[in-house]
Amino acid sequence: MDHDHQEVPSDPALRVMALESLLVEKGLVDPAALDSLIDHYEHKVGPRNGARLVARAWVDPEFKMRLLADAGSAAAEFGYVPHGKEHLVALENTPERHNLVVCTLCSCYPWPVLGLPPVWYKSAPYRSRAVIDPRGVLREFGLEIGEDVEVRVWDSTSEMRYLVLPERPAGSEQMSEDELAALVTRDAMIGTAKVTLAGASR
Amino acid sequence: MNGVHDMGGMHGMGPVTPEADEPVFHEPWEGRVLALNRATVALGKWNIDASRHSIERIQPGDYLRMSYYEKWLVGLVMRLEESGLVTPAELQSGRPAPRAVKATPPLTAKGVAARTGERGWFERPVNTPPRFTAGQRVRAKKINPTGHTRLPRYARGNIGVVDRIHGAHVFPDSNAHFRGENPQHLYSVRFSARELWGEAAAARDVVYIDLWEDYLERA
Repeated sequence: MDHDHQEVPSDPALRVMALESLLVEKGLVDPAALDSLIDHYEHKVGPRNGARLVARAWVDPEFKMRLLADAGSAAAEFGYVPHGKEHLVALENTPERHNLVVCTLCSCYPWPVLGLPPVWYKSAPYRSRAVIDPRGVLREFGLEIGEDVEVRVWDSTSEMRYLVLPERPAGSEQMSEDELAALVTRDAMIGTAKVTLAGASR
Repeated sequence: MNGVHDMGGMHGMGPVTPEADEPVFHEPWEGRVLALNRATVALGKWNIDASRHSIERIQPGDYLRMSYYEKWLVGLVMRLEESGLVTPAELQSGRPAPRAVKATPPLTAKGVAARTGERGWFERPVNTPPRFTAGQRVRAKKINPTGHTRLPRYARGNIGVVDRIHGAHVFPDSNAHFRGENPQHLYSVRFSARELWGEAAAARDVVYIDLWEDYLERA
């Protein structure tokens, strides 16, 4: 993998250390608060949150209606939105339409339900191509979308955030909500994958 | 601004290369940069739009070369300096200036628990009704602001249909420059891929873009 983060020398590490030490000495930041913030983003939020919403929507039609009507409030039911409201929209995939989320201008991503975005989501190839060549991008993820299916790309240009509600896979009828949640991957909620019974690492 | 950050539709960036089992942070310093950004926004000297605009102002060559969190670091240093929170001399020496007044961090470890999930709320009450209604045809204005904007170049001049109204939201074009929130109605506008990209695009495909009222005109 030729990711740019692997080419970054130790230089940024030193610059960050120097900046942090300056800001701490000036009393502008509290190092314990920084530790706590990092812990939050490493351990408290992530795609497991979104997966729980998806699994609940698959087993509970009334919750699904609430999720599609106001995803922020639906996420608040799970405690993922501390203040009870969030600019969040859920997009339902069906056999006739496939949703794909991007931010061409920066890296907007639904942090409360998916955590921090992966490097590829923030990368120039994805940001440049998702809107002009979504089917080509999806093909690189191993997803071939039929010509009869409408591809809907959502460019996150505002503070609205988008979460894809993927299709429930065939053969999962007997599975529990927990088992279903374990199948739901981050990429399926961005729109670059479908949910399968095998589940995937992403 | 017509910057390199406005990437929608560009060619030549190569394939998308997902990494299996990607960690949240690849290096510890990436986490520190994220945390420094979150902790310093609590100082109240800038807002999310100003943060985005600082990153957009990184030189195009550097913007393309730098990793994501390196851009966050450079943008943060720009804002610290522009807001006067740190001086160039302090950044150079790494030490507070002599006689500099020591502040009290607004965000403590205790406060983090209550504030981490807080992304802010950007909807505002306004007195004017929306100019456009769902189902109406609208054109994204052909404008080229030199400051911050969230109207991507690929949308400009093209006609779409209002899909839904998100309410009135803070206007990034003014907020990024500390010229007020100027809240206005925000629309999700559906453009056909062929309107945006021409006849070679797939006939059924569409792109939804969130656009503020000042970006739109009747079509």
